[in-house]
Amino acid sequence: MSSVPGPAMELVRDDEDRETYYLNMGPQHPSTHGVLRLRLHMEGERILSVFPVIGYGHRAHEKMAENRDYLMFLPNTSRIDYLSGMIYNLGYCQAIEKIMGIEVPERTEYIRIIVGELNRISSHLLWLGTYLLDLGGITPFLYCFDDRERILDILDSISGSRLTYCYGRFGGVTMDVDDAFLESTAAFCSYFHERLDEYEDLVTDNVIFRQRTEGVGPFSADLVQRFGLSGPCLRATGTRRDVRKDEPYGIYDRLDFEVPVGKTTNGDCFDRHTVRMAEMVQSLHLIEQAVRDIPDGPVMAAKVPKKIKPPAGDYYFAVESARGHFGMYIYSDGTDTPFRIKLRTPSFAHVSAMTEALVGTMLSDTISILGSIDIVIPEIDR
Amino acid sequence: MKTDFIQLFGNPWLAIGAAAVIVMGYLTVNSLMLVWLERKFSARIQRRLGPTEVGPFGLLQTAADMLKLISKELLTPAHVHRPLYLIAPILVFAPIMALCTLFPVSEHWVIYDYDLAVVLLLAFSGLNVIGIFAAGWGSNNKYALLGAVRAVAQNISYEIPLILAILPIVLMTRSLSFYEITSAQAAFPFIVVQPLAAIIYLIAATAETNRAPFDIPEAESELVAGFHTEYSGMRFGLFFFAEFSNMVIVCAVATVLFLGGWSGPLLPGFVWFFIKVYALILVMMWVRWTFPRLRFDQLMTFAWAVLVPLALINLLVTTVAIKLL
Repeated sequence: MSSVPGPAMELVRDDEDRETYYLNMGPQHPSTHGVLRLRLHMEGERILSVFPVIGYGHRAHEKMAENRDYLMFLPNTSRIDYLSGMIYNLGYCQAIEKIMGIEVPERTEYIRIIVGELNRISSHLLWLGTYLLDLGGITPFLYCFDDRERILDILDSISGSRLTYCYGRFGGVTMDVDDAFLESTAAFCSYFHERLDEYEDLVTDNVIFRQRTEGVGPFSADLVQRFGLSGPCLRATGTRRDVRKDEPYGIYDRLDFEVPVGKTTNGDCFDRHTVRMAEMVQSLHLIEQAVRDIPDGPVMAAKVPKKIKPPAGDYYFAVESARGHFGMYIYSDGTDTPFRIKLRTPSFAHVSAMTEALVGTMLSDTISILGSIDIVIPEIDR
Repeated sequence: MKTDFIQLFGNPWLAIGAAAVIVMGYLTVNSLMLVWLERKFSARIQRRLGPTEVGPFGLLQTAADMLKLISKELLTPAHVHRPLYLIAPILVFAPIMALCTLFPVSEHWVIYDYDLAVVLLLAFSGLNVIGIFAAGWGSNNKYALLGAVRAVAQNISYEIPLILAILPIVLMTRSLSFYEITSAQAAFPFIVVQPLAAIIYLIAATAETNRAPFDIPEAESELVAGFHTEYSGMRFGLFFFAEFSNMVIVCAVATVLFLGGWSGPLLPGFVWFFIKVYALILVMMWVRWTFPRLRFDQLMTFAWAVLVPLALINLLVTTVAIKLL
């Protein structure tokens, strides 16, 4: 062990120090949601310092972008965060469309709202299930997966895949949706309203769940700013920031929805939970509007250039993913291959914040906080 | 009236042998069926089917699982403290097996009616902790050690409300024998007069068996598998076996102390006894599959700040009531 350099590998204890120890959590651990590794310096059950070791799921998405043209990078986008692949995929399409000035048909905009918000609900559902699993409640996990399965079936029916959709194209989407899709989406919405009430009864009102989350892992305003937290983690602290509202893309500015925020100013795990629950309601509301108002028409723009060659320069475009602010910084040198695409992913910021947020908590709270920020490991590594 | 094994066999050694065979056989079948029951029960709670393939209704699934566990190589990791590591599963299981001989399953049948049964019960259920700590310490693994430390703290804390919940019953019947305590409930089960003690006992007993929401020593999302992280094969199987057997013990104690044991209308005594035991086990399973897990310090606070004072008040009220009546 000691032959490997770097602070991450220093698991050997200082001989002078007989009171503390290092606990290596992950990369194979039931609660690190994949291959995150945390090196914990501990005293009994209390955490003295945290060192997240990332890179176990690195797939070099950013580097791959430099070796292929803009269209060929499209399949990568839904694999960055495999739980909200639709949002990332469509976000990248919207970025390129904005750069190239491609006009997207009206029907496509509505379809994008529907599939994006369905994807957001499925991501939040998976979070809810795994979070409860982290806290030791096994049953909600299966309920959530059951409901998530319904969303996956709907998305599967139009895109042909369950997880890495790659449904978007520059200027539209691959396939038009049929009436059966709209009907099953509407049916899911009315079904899911009832299910959400059930989750409120089973989870939100549970005494033990409240004990494990209320007051646990508050994020100070300072911490939120320095680490650049976004999404539900930010909104749980009472800050009303959402890319969909602040810098609307697609037709979000025409639809009616609210940005739920936490009750306290330094959101704890419970606030992050309630914010996500409220966001699912808002997503349902968005879907219902889109399904009601969707017009007829084509789903691909009439004129899309064969080769995407953005003018030389740098561009930034952001969307609100299920986890937070997902930004794409695209630097073009005028050729058909991006010079550099920098992906700003929320999970990276969130896991960085853990170095401070976890200090002083107990091991059980560490699991609770780590679960509540909803990280996706491949998204950290890109 | 009642027959115990020494009367039945004449020779004490023969009685011990017969008791061991019967208890071991019962516990094996019971554990296999309980694992199946738990899997089916949890599946129904979670809108799943559970095991269906092996045997009718998947009944033989756990038998197949046990065969697999037995046929696995007994792996001893290189860094463990060998004697402690090897003896721990036996230390956990043996006291539970001994306790099984104490219960009067019907008016006529009891393996050995010991007149200090309650004391023996408390002593032996305390021994369990030593085995768990030996497993955690001997494994020489941080997760196992953390689990073992939690288990010891938890079991010792919950032993106190457990004893305090049993004491009122002992005071009421002026007996420490399970047979006599059950006989005293011919008219009505003690849960009617001691509901608080019954609830405290059930909570403390769930904590004693390390089951959810008190499964903190083996919390898989925190400690991987807690004190038995380093165990595999049938050694792991013994811990599993002990957990399910322990469930039967605590539920049988609750049946004897609070639910009137064998007494009940129409059906024969032993049927009533087992109906009550397994109904309680189903309640424990129901709780397990519904609630998330408590945090360690909350668990300790709950024991010392809620259960112990409540149990003490209950004991005081019972004492005064007995004195006045």
